Amino acid sequence: MFGAGGGTNSYREVEETDLVVLWGSNAREAHPIFFHHVIKGLRRGTRLVVVDPRRTPTAEWADEWLPVHVGADIALANAFAHVILDEHLENRAFIERATVGFAEFAAHVSSPACSPEATEAITGVPAAQLRKVARAYATADRAMICWTLGITEHHDAVDNVLSLINLALTAGQVGRWGAGLNPLRGQNNVQGGGDMGALPHKLAGFQDVGDAAVRARFDATWKTTIPPQNGWNLTEMFLAMERKELRGLLVFGENPAQSEANAGHTRELLSDLDILVVQDLFLTRTAELADVVLPGSASWCETDGTVTNSERRVQRVRKAVSPPAGARDDFWILSELGRRMGHDLGDTSPEALWNELRTLSPMHRGMSWARIEQLGGIQWPCPDEQSEGAPFLHGRLWKDPVEGRRAPFTVTRHEGPLEHVSAEFPFRLTTGRRLYAYNTHVQTQHFTSPLHRGETVDMFPADAAALGLVDGERVRVTSPRGSVELPVQLDPNLRPGLVFMTFHFLQDADANTLTNDAFDPKSGTAEFKAASVRIEKLTETAAAEE
Amino acid sequence: MGKVSLPVVGTVEITIDGRAVRVREGATLREACAAAGIEIPTLCWAETLTPVNVCRVCVVELAGARTLVPSCSRKVEAGMAVQTDSERVRVSRRMVLELLASSVDTSTAPSLRAFVERYGADPDRFGPRATPAAEGVRDAAHAGHHAEPDGATAATVGQPVKVDNDLYVRDYAKCILCYKCVEACGTDAQGTFAISVAGRGFDARISTEHAVPIPESACVYCGNCIAVCPTGALMAKTEHDMRAEGTWREPEQKQTDTVCPYCGVGCVLRLHTQDDQILKVTSPVESSVTSGNLCIKGRFGFGHVAGKDRR
Repeated sequence: MFGAGGGTNSYREVEETDLVVLWGSNAREAHPIFFHHVIKGLRRGTRLVVVDPRRTPTAEWADEWLPVHVGADIALANAFAHVILDEHLENRAFIERATVGFAEFAAHVSSPACSPEATEAITGVPAAQLRKVARAYATADRAMICWTLGITEHHDAVDNVLSLINLALTAGQVGRWGAGLNPLRGQNNVQGGGDMGALPHKLAGFQDVGDAAVRARFDATWKTTIPPQNGWNLTEMFLAMERKELRGLLVFGENPAQSEANAGHTRELLSDLDILVVQDLFLTRTAELADVVLPGSASWCETDGTVTNSERRVQRVRKAVSPPAGARDDFWILSELGRRMGHDLGDTSPEALWNELRTLSPMHRGMSWARIEQLGGIQWPCPDEQSEGAPFLHGRLWKDPVEGRRAPFTVTRHEGPLEHVSAEFPFRLTTGRRLYAYNTHVQTQHFTSPLHRGETVDMFPADAAALGLVDGERVRVTSPRGSVELPVQLDPNLRPGLVFMTFHFLQDADANTLTNDAFDPKSGTAEFKAASVRIEKLTETAAAEE
Repeated sequence: MGKVSLPVVGTVEITIDGRAVRVREGATLREACAAAGIEIPTLCWAETLTPVNVCRVCVVELAGARTLVPSCSRKVEAGMAVQTDSERVRVSRRMVLELLASSVDTSTAPSLRAFVERYGADPDRFGPRATPAAEGVRDAAHAGHHAEPDGATAATVGQPVKVDNDLYVRDYAKCILCYKCVEACGTDAQGTFAISVAGRGFDARISTEHAVPIPESACVYCGNCIAVCPTGALMAKTEHDMRAEGTWREPEQKQTDTVCPYCGVGCVLRLHTQDDQILKVTSPVESSVTSGNLCIKGRFGFGHVAGKDRR
């Protein structure tokens, strides 16, 4: 955000803020221990707003649940901003000193077309309820917005995020203890991967690949010449495979054959490569397609290193057990690949690599392993060995004069999901996680969870009744891309027209056969959260053949 | 320049074991004792839980008070004078420990056994242990429907271990009713409220609603109850089974802190390993991320490391 790729607050601040908005986040199930911090806040008076199409276990804790229609987040955020301006609750002083682009933004959201009343049919959120929440957010001493994939797994993901940033800027709810904007990361080192430069346009420490001075420092340390162009993100890689420009792929601890939207098409592209190398713990669906499989190590307990969490805290992972015979340390595999391709990567012991990073990434410079250990993890930026890291970011926006770049407003416009519900595909399918399973279930299938019920398509009871379906009955779910058969589960916490699946249980039904691979050109993230499907009762003969 | 001692705003002075101690206003007697370097024994108190005053092991003698006071919850007041190790305190602690240790199985409760030793408690003085209750009998007890004790045997909470799911067991023959699991499941951490205390008096027991098996309860298998249980009444099934087989060798086990492999919250996991295998996962209570709490995936989701298809 505003040049720093991470959440702006600490978990501790969630306990001490006045209002938390969880937007497109089912943290109670997907980030359970983050939600413990939310509960601590609730017990001392924090109010909770949950924005979600489903009345999730998270929404059950909320003071207000805003039942937004899938993909209507921009319309909702703009209506939210409309209320703040309409009722003169914006933070003028902050806006004037610390932001740019307000006039154009205000002109856009102040139009009658953006009012909560005018957009109620699009958003599904009652205007009076939205006005109440917007007032509470703008007038709270401190308020935080946190989001997850409900915001980012859309074709207009970046505009969704920008719309939330607009709200924080309008109300001055960023850059202070307990006020800010926080993406909750879905995987244990998504944050750290980005911090380390595993992004197509960044080097470690969020430094631009396009910046010649930055490249020169990396070139000198790495004794190479870094190409000045941005690389491809995941979605662009698949497009390059379609164009047959990308012919070889090393897949490292990912299972795209199952996790990508429109998975059938993904598997075709992977099968068509000249060479596919997969480094993983298991023979995943992706590894089954590979020419070569390199058995790696479980990085979280079989190697030493660091990961970074959703509050920017760099923490140590430590080797507790040995990898099985034949499996290798991931660093060893990568450095050997380098060596055999003619590049000696030098000392690739974990601490040596970390210390090299500290010379290249200013925000990590003060984080020696000894200090990370001593302080129980350190939140970046930590520019020197006197710094204990930063609980919250962008305090600079409140300095007089403002330090650094002012924060920009961005005009965003509602488009809605690319795939419309229609007579042929009358239900909106959205996807998510369940508490006890993780992603494609490669790891979580190895323990027996009493909570496990297998994959289901969850439907609003009246919708099921209209189709003559009973709880537990097997049905066929068909999207424009594919079809699966699985049991239906009645869920009164959904709303009419909305159905839900996870993508955990491939052996039961592969949800990503159905999901839409339309993606956001800015982030490359596919629209997992919004496909259109039809649901059919299996005829008795078809059911008997199962 | 010499140091100047000024009374700090927001502190009060009390006397502990004859020694004047100045402590933060609002502190408990227990905290005041800890600050003075005096360790108070307790079974039901934990840093992350609200004090519930039930174990009565932490009582101290407060001058002017009719009864002994629980130091875990009693707040300091200016001028208080407390004795932490007087004869009256020692007798009370000894009696409490004798009643507890005579009625429960202490085999996996090292802190309770240590206190029994320290206070010279004799749990056997009430006679031989009564026959354990049959399965379900204690769960069905109703207030007021007591059989008269015969006086010849020591009453116990003995009963068969409850094994109703693959992740953890409940051995209530070891339960001292410290309430820690109830608090961790409910208001103090997890907010799930799957268990509570049912029954009255000696029939009181930890129970799911209507004593249903765990899989039919609200339980989400976070295991935060196991983490706070001081007696091993709640135990991961792996540990329970290995103890039964005699393969659980705690002195040999190593503990290594790392970070959970699942979502992006970054919970610190403490891996308990033996023979190069992960057997148990806990989280250090001092972690700012977890306060010692985990979810089902963090606590139980380590099986993939030793997954059959990796070996």
